Amino acid sequence: MVSICFYFQVHQPFRLRKYSIFDIGSSNDYFDDEKNRQVMQKVAKKCYLPANKAVLDLINETDGKFRVSYSITGMALEQFGLYAPEVLDSFKQLAKTKCIEFLDETYHHSLSFLYSKEEFKEQVKMHNRAIKNLFSFSPKIFRNTELIYNNELANFVEKLGYKGILAEGADHILQWKSPNFIYKPKTAKNIKLLLKNYRLSDDIAFRFSEKSWKEFPLTAPKFASWVNAINGNGNVANLFMDYETFGEHQWEDKGIFSFLRHLPHEILKHPDNDFLTLSEAISRYKAVGELDVHNLISWADVERDLSAWLGNKMQQEAIKEIYMMETAVKNSKDNELLDKWRKLQISDHFYYMCTKWFNDGDVHKYFNPYDSPYESFIAFMNIINDMKMRVNADLKTSSMVQ
Amino acid sequence: MKVLMFGWEFPPVNSGGLGTACYGLTKGLSRKNIEVTLVLPDYPEDLKAEFVKIISSNNIKLKKISTILMPYMSSSNYSQTINKRNARIYGNTLFHEINRYAEAAKKIAMEEEFDIIHCHDWMTFKAGINAKAIKKKPLVVHVHATEFDRTGGNGVNDHVYHVEKEGMENADAVIAVSNYTKNTITRHYGISPEKIRVVHNAVEFEHKIDDKSKIKKINKVVLFLGRITLQKGPDYFVYAAKKVLQHEKNARFVIAGNGDMEPFIIEKAAEMGIADKVLFAGFLQGEDLERAYKMADVYVMPSVSEPFGITPLEAMSNNVPVIISRQSGVSEVIRHCLLVDFWDIDDISSKIISVLRYMPLKESLSENGFGEVKKFNWDIPAQKCVEVYNEVLAA
Repeated sequence: MVSICFYFQVHQPFRLRKYSIFDIGSSNDYFDDEKNRQVMQKVAKKCYLPANKAVLDLINETDGKFRVSYSITGMALEQFGLYAPEVLDSFKQLAKTKCIEFLDETYHHSLSFLYSKEEFKEQVKMHNRAIKNLFSFSPKIFRNTELIYNNELANFVEKLGYKGILAEGADHILQWKSPNFIYKPKTAKNIKLLLKNYRLSDDIAFRFSEKSWKEFPLTAPKFASWVNAINGNGNVANLFMDYETFGEHQWEDKGIFSFLRHLPHEILKHPDNDFLTLSEAISRYKAVGELDVHNLISWADVERDLSAWLGNKMQQEAIKEIYMMETAVKNSKDNELLDKWRKLQISDHFYYMCTKWFNDGDVHKYFNPYDSPYESFIAFMNIINDMKMRVNADLKTSSMVQ
Repeated sequence: MKVLMFGWEFPPVNSGGLGTACYGLTKGLSRKNIEVTLVLPDYPEDLKAEFVKIISSNNIKLKKISTILMPYMSSSNYSQTINKRNARIYGNTLFHEINRYAEAAKKIAMEEEFDIIHCHDWMTFKAGINAKAIKKKPLVVHVHATEFDRTGGNGVNDHVYHVEKEGMENADAVIAVSNYTKNTITRHYGISPEKIRVVHNAVEFEHKIDDKSKIKKINKVVLFLGRITLQKGPDYFVYAAKKVLQHEKNARFVIAGNGDMEPFIIEKAAEMGIADKVLFAGFLQGEDLERAYKMADVYVMPSVSEPFGITPLEAMSNNVPVIISRQSGVSEVIRHCLLVDFWDIDDISSKIISVLRYMPLKESLSENGFGEVKKFNWDIPAQKCVEVYNEVLAA
């Protein structure tokens, strides 16, 4: 028996505008609304709407046998509301089928777990509330930003009441073990650990349109045969990927939607296969062993570490500055300021400052709204300095009132 | 392979990047065992020893023609210079001088053995054409700058333009120092893009000053280094200085170089009330040049039109962060820099302040820039030139 667990990550950052040093003190307009609207509407048209339609059709065609888990960040939810309400409606429609599970994460797609547990907890709560309000669903599974994970996180999240947590099935933590089973984090009590099968996931997410790949072109029967091969030596096939894989990273004219529409039928041809949401998977299958992950891992790049967000001095300085303001921002009781401060925690801002692959000018540039990592650092730091001035002004005013 | 090369300036007698490029390229070629006979205008006696030493005893032979040709000289300042020197042995006008240089080239072409002719910029083009006519060997012209770059497109000298065009048309291949320059050549000179090969410049900075701590300073230094001419945008530099000083009182602006806009820039600085914050260092070479880079916290090249721009590479090799004009060839080949439009004073000054203020930015640009510029050396452009030679010889 192999259960296929699809989990799709849905996220769009609030991109910052090119905030100049001369704007400091004169403008608290930090976000590039126009750019954010354009991107959201483009991705809605190319990905979210057609992909949701495909998933809904598949659920209907298979009488509910096709099942999917989603994690949608608060940042994406807010931008659906602002720029593409029809996407929100289509997710609500999916939620009604009961074949969909929603996961929790930090509302702001942040790295807050690494810098402030308090802030982390608040953002997780915010996300939980948002999912309940929008989809009448109470998430029981947690995924941290970019699948950043270690033992400590598993313990912490378990205490928040979650039953399951996700991580990358990285070779260096698995060693001889297989990602196709459920595990238990070494230091936790009951929470279960689901690991991404990165080979199968990346076959779809990264290699689908890659002509130099020896398996090109990837067809639904071919992929289904790889999944079938897990029978006998695994319980689950965890296919974790960005939802934007469909139509945005892999294009429609390369056949990604046709692949998506055929794959579930191909997989269900094998009598021992089925689809499960992540909660269903952890209630059906027992943990086969413990996994000890002391150092932080993520699902990014070959390194599977945090260097994409925190690898250089600019990134470290920028994120340090943000969390140094936490107490002051919260003491100011200024909700608008708090909201903006939290949106500056979106991990994408730090990702844009990455210089790791800058020399090769590879795919990462495609996702960067700035000309260079340096430009993104400048805009970010200028905004931080403006915010600092405003926090101090707020604090002064409030102490005068008292 | 033997190359007859016509150049006109060579370190230490150079007024800009052309001399630096010629030096680097010939050195790179010599390492590839290409025999170069370099034809140069005459130089003052006291400087000869130094540049012979630089060349050393490799494959480069030097040929001199007595002239005071300077690459960036206009007809009017040529006659000023001529008065200062011994006018007896020189021609009376710049264009007359070019013709004399081209005549002398005929004799050299007859005496020398070579497979190919390689010319650097317009003043040598007639010489190249003559050499080609005599020995029927292929001609490669190397374009480091065009009249359109030097004048910013206003007041293009018709005669210079025609010399440039004639050279490019007579050449078997045209080497452009950037795609930016390739575009200028196709757009303004009507040369077919198939005939043009892009060979980006490189940098090989010989660091002479080891002890960085020797340079002590209280202020933050923003450096401009280049000719003080319209092409290089020194006016945008002082406008940006004014704006930066409103926010960073400790900043000092050093302008290293000389040129016809110098009086205007000095007056402008005074008029804006920042004369005490803008310092003029004159034309620098050797250790002084290196010291200027080492003093700088940030280097700015606000060129209006820069075919290539070697100075940012030099700055980077001295660990200095660079802010450079998008209207430049060098911006095609480096990434660890900040790009600006030369007219965007707000953006230039905003970026200067950012580098001065945000230490992680300054350090990242400086470290990554140094790492990036290390990959540049003259063997790469030399190799590309060899490929161009082989191509035209096979044709």
